[in-house]
Amino acid sequence: MLVVFVVLALLPQYNHGYTVTLLTDILRYAILTLAWMIFSGPTNYMSLATAAFYGIGFYIAAIANGPVPFAVAIIIAGLVSFVVALLVGALTLRLRGVYFCIFTFALTLLIQNVVLEVERVVTHTRGRFVEAETTEVAYYAMFIVAIFTIAMAVLIRRSRYGLALQSIGEHEEAAAHSGINVVRTKVLVFAASAMPMAMAGAIIATQRTYIDPGIAFSLQSSFLPVLMALFGGMSNLVGPIIGAAVFTYIGELLLTEFPDLYMLIFGVVLILAILFMPNGIVGLAQTVWTKIRGSRRSAAEGGRRAPA
Amino acid sequence: MHLLEGEGVTRHFGGLAAVSDVDFYVDQGEILGLIGPNGAGKTTLFNLISAALKPKPGKITFNGRDITPLPAYQICRLGIARTFQTVKIFPHVPVVRNVMVGALFGTGRRTSSAEARKKAEEALEFVDMLTLKNTVAGDLTLAQQKRLEVARALASDPKLLLLDELMAGLTKPEVTEALGDIAELRSRGITIIMIEHVMQAIMAASDRIIVLDYGKKIAEGTPAEVAANPKVIEVYLGEECDA
Repeated sequence: MLVVFVVLALLPQYNHGYTVTLLTDILRYAILTLAWMIFSGPTNYMSLATAAFYGIGFYIAAIANGPVPFAVAIIIAGLVSFVVALLVGALTLRLRGVYFCIFTFALTLLIQNVVLEVERVVTHTRGRFVEAETTEVAYYAMFIVAIFTIAMAVLIRRSRYGLALQSIGEHEEAAAHSGINVVRTKVLVFAASAMPMAMAGAIIATQRTYIDPGIAFSLQSSFLPVLMALFGGMSNLVGPIIGAAVFTYIGELLLTEFPDLYMLIFGVVLILAILFMPNGIVGLAQTVWTKIRGSRRSAAEGGRRAPA
Repeated sequence: MHLLEGEGVTRHFGGLAAVSDVDFYVDQGEILGLIGPNGAGKTTLFNLISAALKPKPGKITFNGRDITPLPAYQICRLGIARTFQTVKIFPHVPVVRNVMVGALFGTGRRTSSAEARKKAEEALEFVDMLTLKNTVAGDLTLAQQKRLEVARALASDPKLLLLDELMAGLTKPEVTEALGDIAELRSRGITIIMIEHVMQAIMAASDRIIVLDYGKKIAEGTPAEVAANPKVIEVYLGEECDA
Protein backbone atom coordinates (compact mmCIF):
# COMPACT_ATOMS: atom_id res chain seq x y z
CA MET A 1 0.00 0.00 0.00
CA LEU A 2 2.73 2.43 1.04
CA VAL A 3 4.75 1.52 -2.04
CA VAL A 4 1.79 2.41 -4.23
CA PHE A 5 1.51 5.78 -2.52
CA VAL A 6 5.19 6.56 -2.94
CA VAL A 7 5.19 5.54 -6.60
CA LEU A 8 2.11 7.65 -7.25
CA ALA A 9 3.60 10.62 -5.41
CA LEU A 10 6.88 10.56 -7.34
CA LEU A 11 5.52 9.64 -10.73
CA PRO A 12 5.21 13.08 -12.36
CA GLN A 13 8.94 13.66 -11.75
CA TYR A 14 9.78 10.92 -14.23
CA ASN A 15 6.78 10.75 -16.48
CA HIS A 16 4.96 13.56 -18.21
CA GLY A 17 1.90 14.08 -20.30
CA TYR A 18 -0.34 11.17 -21.05
CA THR A 19 0.44 8.89 -18.09
CA VAL A 20 -0.13 11.71 -15.63
CA THR A 21 -3.41 12.66 -17.30
CA LEU A 22 -4.56 9.04 -17.28
CA LEU A 23 -3.65 8.66 -13.61
CA THR A 24 -5.48 11.88 -12.75
CA ASP A 25 -8.50 10.39 -14.46
CA ILE A 26 -8.16 7.11 -12.57
CA LEU A 27 -7.82 8.96 -9.28
CA ARG A 28 -10.88 11.05 -10.11
CA TYR A 29 -13.01 7.96 -10.63
CA ALA A 30 -11.50 6.27 -7.59
CA ILE A 31 -12.56 9.31 -5.54
CA LEU A 32 -16.08 9.38 -6.98
CA THR A 33 -16.54 5.63 -6.54
CA LEU A 34 -15.16 5.51 -3.03
CA ALA A 35 -17.12 8.59 -1.95
CA TRP A 36 -20.27 7.08 -3.43
CA MET A 37 -19.60 3.87 -1.54
CA ILE A 38 -19.06 5.61 1.82
CA PHE A 39 -22.80 6.23 1.93
CA SER A 40 -24.45 3.91 -0.58
CA GLY A 41 -22.31 0.83 0.21
CA PRO A 42 -23.41 0.07 3.78
CA THR A 43 -26.89 1.64 3.61
CA ASN A 44 -27.99 0.13 0.26
CA TYR A 45 -29.44 3.53 -0.63
CA MET A 46 -28.36 3.82 -4.25
CA SER A 47 -27.65 7.50 -4.84
CA LEU A 48 -27.51 8.87 -8.37
CA ALA A 49 -26.72 12.39 -7.15
CA THR A 50 -22.95 12.05 -7.62
CA ALA A 51 -23.07 14.14 -10.80
CA ALA A 52 -24.82 16.97 -8.93
CA PHE A 53 -22.03 17.33 -6.38
CA TYR A 54 -19.30 16.73 -8.95
CA GLY A 55 -20.83 19.46 -11.14
CA ILE A 56 -21.02 21.88 -8.24
CA GLY A 57 -17.26 21.44 -7.97
CA PHE A 58 -16.90 22.53 -11.62
CA TYR A 59 -18.83 25.72 -11.03
CA ILE A 60 -17.06 26.60 -7.81
CA ALA A 61 -13.76 26.22 -9.67
CA ALA A 62 -15.04 28.47 -12.46
CA ILE A 63 -16.10 31.15 -9.99
CA ALA A 64 -13.43 30.89 -7.31
CA ASN A 65 -10.21 29.65 -8.94
CA GLY A 66 -8.19 32.73 -9.72
CA PRO A 67 -9.78 35.10 -7.20
CA VAL A 68 -8.63 32.70 -4.48
CA PRO A 69 -5.78 30.15 -4.55
CA PHE A 70 -6.51 26.76 -6.17
CA ALA A 71 -6.36 24.90 -2.83
CA VAL A 72 -8.88 27.30 -1.27
CA ALA A 73 -11.20 26.90 -4.27
CA ILE A 74 -11.10 23.11 -3.80
CA ILE A 75 -11.95 23.43 -0.12
CA ILE A 76 -14.81 25.85 -0.87
CA ALA A 77 -16.14 23.35 -3.41
CA GLY A 78 -16.15 20.66 -0.71
CA LEU A 79 -17.96 22.89 1.78
CA VAL A 80 -20.60 24.16 -0.67
CA SER A 81 -21.25 20.60 -1.76
CA PHE A 82 -21.60 19.53 1.88
CA VAL A 83 -24.30 22.17 2.44
CA VAL A 84 -26.17 21.33 -0.78
CA ALA A 85 -25.99 17.63 0.10
CA LEU A 86 -27.46 18.34 3.52
CA LEU A 87 -30.48 19.86 1.77
CA VAL A 88 -30.69 17.14 -0.87
CA GLY A 89 -30.32 14.49 1.82
CA ALA A 90 -33.01 16.02 4.02
CA LEU A 91 -35.36 16.01 1.03
CA THR A 92 -34.59 12.56 -0.38
CA LEU A 93 -33.56 10.38 2.53
CA ARG A 94 -37.09 9.92 3.77
CA LEU A 95 -37.64 7.83 0.66
CA ARG A 96 -36.44 4.28 0.35
CA GLY A 97 -35.27 1.89 -2.32
CA VAL A 98 -35.97 2.72 -5.93
CA TYR A 99 -37.85 5.92 -4.98
CA PHE A 100 -34.74 7.35 -3.36
CA CYS A 101 -32.68 6.34 -6.38
CA ILE A 102 -35.03 8.00 -8.89
CA PHE A 103 -35.44 11.11 -6.77
CA THR A 104 -31.69 11.70 -6.43
CA PHE A 105 -31.47 11.33 -10.19
CA ALA A 106 -34.28 13.85 -10.69
CA LEU A 107 -32.64 16.29 -8.31
CA THR A 108 -29.42 16.08 -10.29
CA LEU A 109 -31.32 17.04 -13.43
CA LEU A 110 -33.05 19.81 -11.49
CA ILE A 111 -29.78 21.28 -10.24
CA GLN A 112 -28.35 21.09 -13.76
CA ASN A 113 -31.34 22.97 -15.17
CA VAL A 114 -31.35 25.54 -12.39
CA VAL A 115 -27.70 26.34 -13.15
CA LEU A 116 -28.50 26.52 -16.86
CA GLU A 117 -31.36 28.97 -16.26
CA VAL A 118 -29.47 31.08 -13.75
CA GLU A 119 -26.60 31.42 -16.21
CA ARG A 120 -28.97 32.37 -19.00
CA VAL A 121 -30.80 35.00 -16.95
CA VAL A 122 -27.98 36.40 -14.82
CA THR A 123 -24.82 36.13 -16.91
CA HIS A 124 -26.46 35.71 -20.36
CA THR A 125 -24.04 32.92 -21.21
CA ARG A 126 -24.14 29.19 -21.71
CA GLY A 127 -20.78 28.34 -20.28
CA ARG A 128 -17.83 29.67 -18.35
CA PHE A 129 -14.08 29.68 -18.58
CA VAL A 130 -12.05 28.12 -15.81
CA GLU A 131 -8.63 29.37 -14.77
CA ALA A 132 -6.38 26.49 -15.88
CA GLU A 133 -3.86 24.62 -13.75
CA THR A 134 -1.01 22.52 -15.06
CA THR A 135 -1.40 18.76 -15.47
CA GLU A 136 1.04 18.16 -12.62
CA VAL A 137 -0.72 20.50 -10.20
CA ALA A 138 -4.06 18.86 -11.01
CA TYR A 139 -2.51 15.43 -10.51
CA TYR A 140 -1.12 16.27 -7.09
CA ALA A 141 -4.35 17.95 -6.02
CA MET A 142 -6.27 14.85 -7.07
CA PHE A 143 -3.77 12.67 -5.25
CA ILE A 144 -4.27 14.62 -2.01
CA VAL A 145 -8.07 14.56 -2.34
CA ALA A 146 -7.85 10.80 -2.96
CA ILE A 147 -5.93 10.34 0.29
CA PHE A 148 -8.50 12.55 2.04
CA THR A 149 -11.30 10.37 0.64
CA ILE A 150 -9.63 7.12 1.68
CA ALA A 151 -9.04 8.52 5.17
CA MET A 152 -12.67 9.60 5.43
CA ALA A 153 -13.89 6.19 4.24
CA VAL A 154 -11.69 4.32 6.71
CA LEU A 155 -12.56 6.60 9.64
CA ILE A 156 -16.31 6.42 9.04
CA ARG A 157 -16.16 2.66 8.55
CA ARG A 158 -14.30 2.16 11.82
CA SER A 159 -16.29 4.67 13.88
CA ARG A 160 -19.69 4.18 15.48
CA TYR A 161 -21.14 5.69 12.32
CA GLY A 162 -19.90 2.66 10.40
CA LEU A 163 -21.94 0.28 12.53
CA ALA A 164 -24.90 2.67 12.47
CA LEU A 165 -24.84 2.84 8.65
CA GLN A 166 -24.59 -0.91 8.33
CA SER A 167 -27.47 -1.41 10.76
CA ILE A 168 -29.56 1.04 8.76
CA GLY A 169 -28.78 -0.89 5.59
CA GLU A 170 -29.64 -4.24 7.15
CA HIS A 171 -32.77 -3.26 9.03
CA GLU A 172 -33.66 0.39 9.29
CA GLU A 173 -36.61 -0.11 11.64
CA ALA A 174 -34.60 -2.20 14.08
CA ALA A 175 -31.83 0.41 13.92
CA ALA A 176 -34.25 3.19 14.90
CA HIS A 177 -35.70 1.14 17.75
CA SER A 178 -32.18 0.41 19.00
CA GLY A 179 -31.52 4.12 19.48
CA ILE A 180 -29.92 5.16 16.20
CA ASN A 181 -30.97 8.59 14.95
CA VAL A 182 -31.50 7.19 11.49
CA VAL A 183 -32.33 10.44 9.66
CA ARG A 184 -29.43 12.42 11.11
CA THR A 185 -26.91 9.63 10.49
CA LYS A 186 -27.98 9.20 6.88
CA VAL A 187 -28.07 12.92 6.07
CA LEU A 188 -24.71 13.69 7.72
CA VAL A 189 -22.82 10.85 6.08
CA PHE A 190 -24.48 11.56 2.73
CA ALA A 191 -23.33 15.18 3.01
CA ALA A 192 -19.81 14.22 4.07
CA SER A 193 -19.52 11.86 1.12
CA ALA A 194 -20.51 14.68 -1.24
CA MET A 195 -17.40 16.71 -0.31
CA PRO A 196 -14.76 14.70 -2.17
CA MET A 197 -17.07 14.46 -5.18
CA ALA A 198 -17.12 18.26 -5.55
CA MET A 199 -13.39 18.53 -4.83
CA ALA A 200 -12.65 16.11 -7.67
CA GLY A 201 -14.95 18.16 -9.89
CA ALA A 202 -13.18 21.39 -9.02
CA ILE A 203 -9.83 19.87 -10.00
CA ILE A 204 -11.01 18.34 -13.28
CA ALA A 205 -12.65 21.65 -14.24
CA THR A 206 -9.23 23.32 -14.35
CA GLN A 207 -8.22 20.82 -17.05
CA ARG A 208 -11.19 21.69 -19.24
CA THR A 209 -10.91 25.49 -19.47
CA TYR A 210 -14.46 25.73 -20.85
CA ILE A 211 -17.43 24.27 -18.98
CA ASP A 212 -21.19 24.37 -19.29
CA PRO A 213 -23.98 22.61 -17.34
CA GLY A 214 -23.98 19.70 -19.81
CA ILE A 215 -20.27 19.05 -19.18
CA ALA A 216 -20.27 19.74 -15.45
CA PHE A 217 -23.37 17.73 -14.58
CA SER A 218 -22.83 14.94 -17.13
CA LEU A 219 -24.90 12.00 -15.91
CA GLN A 220 -21.97 9.67 -16.56
CA SER A 221 -20.59 10.86 -13.23
CA SER A 222 -23.65 9.44 -11.50
CA PHE A 223 -23.68 6.08 -13.27
CA LEU A 224 -19.99 5.25 -13.63
CA PRO A 225 -19.19 5.18 -9.88
CA VAL A 226 -22.02 2.70 -9.32
CA LEU A 227 -20.75 0.46 -12.13
CA MET A 228 -17.15 0.78 -10.97
CA ALA A 229 -18.09 -0.16 -7.41
CA LEU A 230 -19.97 -3.22 -8.71
CA PHE A 231 -17.08 -4.05 -10.99
CA GLY A 232 -14.46 -3.82 -8.25
CA GLY A 233 -16.53 -5.33 -5.45
CA MET A 234 -18.19 -3.63 -2.52
CA SER A 235 -17.13 -5.86 0.36
CA ASN A 236 -14.19 -3.65 1.28
CA LEU A 237 -12.62 -0.30 0.39
CA VAL A 238 -9.98 -1.69 -1.98
CA GLY A 239 -12.69 -2.99 -4.31
CA PRO A 240 -13.99 0.36 -5.56
CA ILE A 241 -10.46 1.72 -6.03
CA ILE A 242 -9.42 -1.28 -8.12
CA GLY A 243 -12.75 -1.17 -9.91
CA ALA A 244 -12.26 2.48 -10.80
CA ALA A 245 -8.68 1.90 -11.96
CA VAL A 246 -9.37 -1.13 -14.16
CA PHE A 247 -12.61 0.32 -15.49
CA THR A 248 -11.03 3.66 -16.42
CA TYR A 249 -8.04 1.97 -18.02
CA ILE A 250 -10.14 -0.47 -20.06
CA GLY A 251 -12.38 2.42 -21.11
CA GLU A 252 -9.37 4.46 -22.23
CA LEU A 253 -7.84 1.49 -24.05
CA LEU A 254 -11.05 0.72 -25.92
CA LEU A 255 -11.59 4.36 -26.77
CA THR A 256 -8.14 4.69 -28.34
CA GLU A 257 -7.88 1.24 -29.98
CA PHE A 258 -11.48 0.67 -31.10
CA PRO A 259 -13.22 4.04 -31.07
CA ASP A 260 -16.15 2.73 -33.13
CA LEU A 261 -16.75 -0.38 -31.08
CA TYR A 262 -15.96 1.29 -27.74
CA MET A 263 -19.47 1.31 -26.29
CA LEU A 264 -20.33 -2.14 -27.63
CA ILE A 265 -17.26 -3.89 -26.20
CA PHE A 266 -17.57 -1.95 -22.99
CA GLY A 267 -21.15 -3.09 -22.59
CA VAL A 268 -20.25 -6.74 -23.20
CA VAL A 269 -17.36 -6.58 -20.70
CA LEU A 270 -19.68 -5.07 -18.14
CA ILE A 271 -22.41 -7.69 -18.58
CA LEU A 272 -19.83 -10.49 -18.35
CA ALA A 273 -18.40 -8.90 -15.24
CA ILE A 274 -21.77 -8.69 -13.52
CA LEU A 275 -22.71 -12.23 -14.58
CA PHE A 276 -19.49 -13.94 -13.59
CA MET A 277 -18.14 -11.70 -10.85
CA PRO A 278 -21.10 -10.94 -8.60
CA ASN A 279 -18.69 -9.79 -5.89
CA GLY A 280 -16.47 -7.84 -8.26
CA ILE A 281 -12.79 -8.24 -9.03
CA VAL A 282 -11.89 -8.35 -5.36
CA GLY A 283 -14.52 -11.02 -4.71
CA LEU A 284 -13.20 -13.06 -7.62
CA ALA A 285 -9.63 -12.71 -6.36
CA GLN A 286 -10.70 -13.90 -2.92
CA THR A 287 -12.51 -16.92 -4.35
CA VAL A 288 -9.53 -17.86 -6.53
CA TRP A 289 -7.17 -17.39 -3.59
CA THR A 290 -9.19 -19.65 -1.27
CA LYS A 291 -9.41 -22.25 -4.05
CA ILE A 292 -5.64 -22.22 -4.59
CA ARG A 293 -4.99 -22.44 -0.88
CA GLY A 294 -7.65 -25.11 -0.50
CA SER A 295 -6.24 -27.29 -3.27
CA ARG A 296 -2.73 -26.84 -1.91
CA ARG A 297 -3.85 -27.89 1.53
CA SER A 298 -5.79 -30.89 0.24
CA ALA A 299 -2.79 -31.82 -1.94
CA ALA A 300 -0.59 -31.64 1.14
CA GLU A 301 -3.03 -33.70 3.12
CA GLY A 302 -3.36 -36.17 0.26
CA GLY A 303 0.42 -36.47 0.18
CA ARG A 304 0.49 -37.17 3.87
CA ARG A 305 -2.29 -39.69 3.67
CA ALA A 306 -0.76 -41.62 0.76
CA PRO A 307 2.01 -43.47 2.63
CA ALA A 308 -0.32 -44.56 5.43
CA MET B 1 -47.20 8.09 39.22
CA HIS B 2 -47.14 5.12 36.86
CA LEU B 3 -43.97 4.30 34.95
CA LEU B 4 -45.85 4.17 31.65
CA GLU B 5 -49.36 5.41 31.08
CA GLY B 6 -51.57 5.61 28.01
CA GLU B 7 -54.77 7.63 27.79
CA GLY B 8 -57.34 7.10 25.07
CA VAL B 9 -54.74 5.57 22.79
CA THR B 10 -56.25 5.06 19.34
CA ARG B 11 -54.97 4.14 15.92
CA HIS B 12 -56.98 3.48 12.78
CA PHE B 13 -55.79 1.72 9.63
CA GLY B 14 -58.19 2.96 6.99
CA GLY B 15 -61.63 2.26 8.44
CA LEU B 16 -60.33 -0.37 10.83
CA ALA B 17 -59.70 0.59 14.45
CA ALA B 18 -56.54 -1.41 15.22
CA VAL B 19 -56.38 0.11 18.69
CA SER B 20 -59.42 1.98 19.94
CA ASP B 21 -59.50 4.30 22.97
CA VAL B 22 -57.32 2.08 25.18
CA ASP B 23 -56.23 3.28 28.63
CA PHE B 24 -53.37 1.40 30.21
CA TYR B 25 -50.54 1.75 32.69
CA VAL B 26 -47.66 -0.23 34.07
CA ASP B 27 -45.90 0.38 37.36
CA GLN B 28 -42.21 0.18 38.14
CA GLY B 29 -41.15 -3.46 38.64
CA GLU B 30 -44.42 -4.89 37.37
CA ILE B 31 -44.91 -7.55 34.72
CA LEU B 32 -47.91 -6.73 32.57
CA GLY B 33 -49.32 -9.36 30.22
CA LEU B 34 -51.08 -8.38 27.01
CA ILE B 35 -53.32 -11.02 25.47
CA GLY B 36 -56.07 -11.25 22.90
CA PRO B 37 -56.91 -13.10 19.68
CA ASN B 38 -54.91 -12.53 16.49
CA GLY B 39 -55.56 -9.06 15.14
CA ALA B 40 -56.70 -7.72 18.51
CA GLY B 41 -54.19 -4.86 18.32
CA LYS B 42 -51.51 -6.09 20.71
CA THR B 43 -48.54 -5.51 18.41
CA THR B 44 -50.06 -2.22 17.22
CA LEU B 45 -50.11 -1.10 20.85
CA PHE B 46 -46.39 -1.97 21.12
CA ASN B 47 -45.78 -0.02 17.93
CA LEU B 48 -47.57 2.95 19.45
CA ILE B 49 -45.58 2.81 22.68
CA SER B 50 -42.25 2.47 20.86
CA ALA B 51 -43.19 5.19 18.34
CA ALA B 52 -43.10 2.98 15.26
CA LEU B 53 -46.57 4.53 14.91
CA LYS B 54 -48.14 7.64 16.41
CA PRO B 55 -51.45 7.44 18.28
CA LYS B 56 -54.25 9.44 16.67
CA PRO B 57 -55.61 10.52 19.07
CA GLY B 58 -54.14 9.55 22.40
CA LYS B 59 -51.33 10.36 24.77
CA ILE B 60 -48.55 8.22 26.24
CA THR B 61 -46.44 9.33 29.21
CA PHE B 62 -43.28 7.71 30.54
CA ASN B 63 -42.01 8.72 33.98
CA GLY B 64 -44.52 11.55 33.84
CA ARG B 65 -43.14 12.89 30.57
CA ASP B 66 -45.29 13.08 27.44
CA ILE B 67 -43.46 10.87 24.95
CA THR B 68 -46.16 10.88 22.25
CA PRO B 69 -44.32 13.27 19.91
CA LEU B 70 -40.88 11.63 20.27
CA PRO B 71 -39.24 9.59 17.47
CA ALA B 72 -38.41 5.91 17.99
CA TYR B 73 -34.70 6.39 18.69
CA GLN B 74 -35.44 8.81 21.54
CA ILE B 75 -38.00 6.44 23.05
CA CYS B 76 -35.25 3.82 23.14
CA ARG B 77 -32.76 6.23 24.68
CA LEU B 78 -35.28 7.17 27.38
CA GLY B 79 -35.34 3.51 28.41
CA ILE B 80 -38.08 1.71 26.49
CA ALA B 81 -36.60 -1.20 24.53
CA ARG B 82 -38.49 -3.77 22.51
CA THR B 83 -38.30 -7.02 20.64
CA PHE B 84 -40.30 -7.86 17.54
CA GLN B 85 -42.88 -10.49 16.75
CA THR B 86 -41.14 -11.17 13.44
CA VAL B 87 -37.46 -10.87 14.27
CA LYS B 88 -35.67 -7.77 13.05
CA ILE B 89 -31.95 -8.33 13.37
CA PHE B 90 -28.93 -7.21 11.34
CA PRO B 91 -28.36 -10.50 9.50
CA HIS B 92 -24.89 -9.92 8.00
CA VAL B 93 -23.42 -8.50 11.19
CA PRO B 94 -21.78 -10.69 13.87
CA VAL B 95 -23.93 -11.37 16.93
CA VAL B 96 -21.84 -9.25 19.29
CA ARG B 97 -22.01 -6.23 16.99
CA ASN B 98 -25.78 -6.62 16.70
CA VAL B 99 -25.95 -6.23 20.46
CA MET B 100 -23.37 -3.43 20.48
CA VAL B 101 -25.78 -1.30 18.45
CA GLY B 102 -28.05 -1.21 21.49
CA ALA B 103 -25.17 -0.39 23.82
CA LEU B 104 -23.62 2.28 21.57
CA PHE B 105 -26.75 4.14 20.54
CA GLY B 106 -29.61 3.10 22.79
CA THR B 107 -28.53 4.12 26.28
CA GLY B 108 -28.80 7.88 25.90
CA ARG B 109 -25.25 8.26 27.19
CA ARG B 110 -22.05 8.42 25.21
CA THR B 111 -20.58 4.95 25.35
CA SER B 112 -17.07 4.03 24.24
CA SER B 113 -16.61 1.14 21.86
CA ALA B 114 -14.81 -0.97 24.49
CA GLU B 115 -17.53 -0.28 27.05
CA ALA B 116 -20.19 -1.17 24.49
CA ARG B 117 -18.47 -4.46 23.67
CA LYS B 118 -18.27 -5.35 27.35
CA LYS B 119 -21.93 -4.54 27.82
CA ALA B 120 -22.87 -6.52 24.73
CA GLU B 121 -21.00 -9.53 26.05
CA GLU B 122 -22.78 -9.27 29.39
CA ALA B 123 -26.14 -9.15 27.64
CA LEU B 124 -25.17 -12.16 25.52
CA GLU B 125 -24.08 -13.99 28.64
CA PHE B 126 -27.53 -13.36 30.09
CA VAL B 127 -29.27 -14.97 27.12
CA ASP B 128 -26.70 -17.79 27.08
CA MET B 129 -25.26 -16.88 23.71
CA LEU B 130 -21.77 -15.67 24.52
CA THR B 131 -20.22 -18.62 22.69
CA LEU B 132 -22.01 -17.50 19.51
CA LYS B 133 -20.77 -13.92 19.65
CA ASN B 134 -18.73 -14.07 16.45
CA THR B 135 -21.37 -15.92 14.44
CA VAL B 136 -23.10 -13.92 11.74
CA ALA B 137 -26.59 -13.22 13.08
CA GLY B 138 -28.36 -14.53 9.96
CA ASP B 139 -26.93 -18.00 10.64
CA LEU B 140 -28.68 -18.34 14.01
CA THR B 141 -31.81 -20.41 14.55
CA LEU B 142 -35.06 -18.49 14.98
CA ALA B 143 -35.08 -19.13 18.74
CA GLN B 144 -31.53 -17.78 18.97
CA GLN B 145 -32.44 -14.73 16.89
CA LYS B 146 -35.23 -13.97 19.35
CA ARG B 147 -32.80 -14.17 22.24
CA LEU B 148 -30.42 -11.96 20.28
CA GLU B 149 -33.16 -9.33 20.14
CA VAL B 150 -33.56 -9.57 23.90
CA ALA B 151 -29.80 -9.10 24.33
CA ARG B 152 -29.79 -6.08 22.00
CA ALA B 153 -32.69 -4.57 23.94
CA LEU B 154 -30.95 -5.25 27.27
CA ALA B 155 -27.74 -3.63 26.10
CA SER B 156 -29.58 -0.32 25.80
CA ASP B 157 -30.19 -0.27 29.59
CA PRO B 158 -33.98 -0.35 29.44
CA LYS B 159 -36.24 0.58 32.33
CA LEU B 160 -39.16 -0.90 30.43
CA LEU B 161 -38.91 -3.89 28.12
CA LEU B 162 -41.59 -4.75 25.55
CA LEU B 163 -41.46 -8.46 24.66
CA ASP B 164 -43.54 -9.40 21.63
CA GLU B 165 -44.26 -13.15 21.55
CA LEU B 166 -40.92 -14.15 22.91
CA MET B 167 -42.06 -17.70 23.56
CA ALA B 168 -43.88 -18.43 20.31
CA GLY B 169 -42.49 -21.62 18.82
CA LEU B 170 -40.36 -22.53 21.83
CA THR B 171 -40.36 -26.04 23.32
CA LYS B 172 -41.66 -26.63 26.85
CA PRO B 173 -38.19 -26.62 28.48
CA GLU B 174 -37.31 -23.47 26.53
CA VAL B 175 -40.48 -21.78 27.81
CA THR B 176 -39.51 -22.70 31.38
CA GLU B 177 -36.07 -21.22 30.77
CA ALA B 178 -37.56 -18.04 29.31
CA LEU B 179 -39.80 -17.68 32.37
CA GLY B 180 -36.70 -17.91 34.55
CA ASP B 181 -35.04 -15.17 32.48
CA ILE B 182 -38.08 -12.91 32.88
CA ALA B 183 -38.04 -13.35 36.65
CA GLU B 184 -34.32 -12.52 36.63
CA LEU B 185 -34.97 -9.35 34.59
CA ARG B 186 -37.59 -8.26 37.08
CA SER B 187 -35.19 -8.77 39.96
CA ARG B 188 -32.83 -6.40 38.13
CA GLY B 189 -35.53 -3.75 38.33
CA ILE B 190 -36.68 -3.95 34.72
CA THR B 191 -40.39 -3.49 34.14
CA ILE B 192 -41.88 -5.74 31.46
CA ILE B 193 -44.89 -5.70 29.17
CA MET B 194 -45.22 -8.97 27.30
CA ILE B 195 -47.45 -10.19 24.50
CA GLU B 196 -47.84 -13.94 24.57
CA HIS B 197 -50.06 -16.67 23.21
CA VAL B 198 -48.58 -19.38 25.43
CA MET B 199 -51.29 -19.16 28.12
CA GLN B 200 -49.62 -21.08 30.93
CA ALA B 201 -46.55 -18.93 30.55
CA ILE B 202 -48.26 -15.56 30.60
CA MET B 203 -50.59 -16.58 33.42
CA ALA B 204 -47.60 -17.70 35.47
CA ALA B 205 -45.40 -14.70 34.74
CA SER B 206 -47.76 -11.71 34.83
CA ASP B 207 -48.80 -9.66 37.83
CA ARG B 208 -51.64 -8.18 35.83
CA ILE B 209 -53.14 -8.87 32.43
CA ILE B 210 -54.89 -6.67 29.88
CA VAL B 211 -57.12 -8.39 27.31
CA LEU B 212 -57.66 -6.77 23.92
CA ASP B 213 -60.27 -7.72 21.35
CA TYR B 214 -60.90 -5.84 18.08
CA GLY B 215 -58.70 -3.03 19.36
CA LYS B 216 -60.67 -2.51 22.56
CA LYS B 217 -59.72 -3.33 26.11
CA ILE B 218 -62.29 -5.85 27.26
CA ALA B 219 -60.80 -6.95 30.58
CA GLU B 220 -58.02 -6.16 33.01
CA GLY B 221 -56.96 -7.77 36.28
CA THR B 222 -54.88 -10.46 37.93
CA PRO B 223 -54.37 -13.65 35.91
CA ALA B 224 -57.01 -15.40 38.06
CA GLU B 225 -59.55 -12.61 37.58
CA VAL B 226 -58.98 -12.49 33.83
CA ALA B 227 -59.21 -16.27 33.49
CA ALA B 228 -62.57 -16.21 35.29
CA ASN B 229 -63.97 -13.28 33.28
CA PRO B 230 -66.89 -14.56 31.14
CA LYS B 231 -66.18 -12.04 28.35
CA VAL B 232 -62.58 -13.22 28.10
CA ILE B 233 -63.61 -16.86 28.06
CA GLU B 234 -66.08 -16.09 25.29
CA VAL B 235 -63.79 -14.18 22.92
CA TYR B 236 -60.49 -15.77 23.62
CA LEU B 237 -60.05 -18.69 25.92
CA GLY B 238 -63.32 -20.17 24.70
CA GLU B 239 -61.98 -20.36 21.19
CA GLU B 240 -59.26 -22.67 22.33
CA CYS B 241 -61.79 -24.96 23.98
CA ASP B 242 -63.79 -25.15 20.77
CA ALA B 243 -60.77 -25.91 18.69
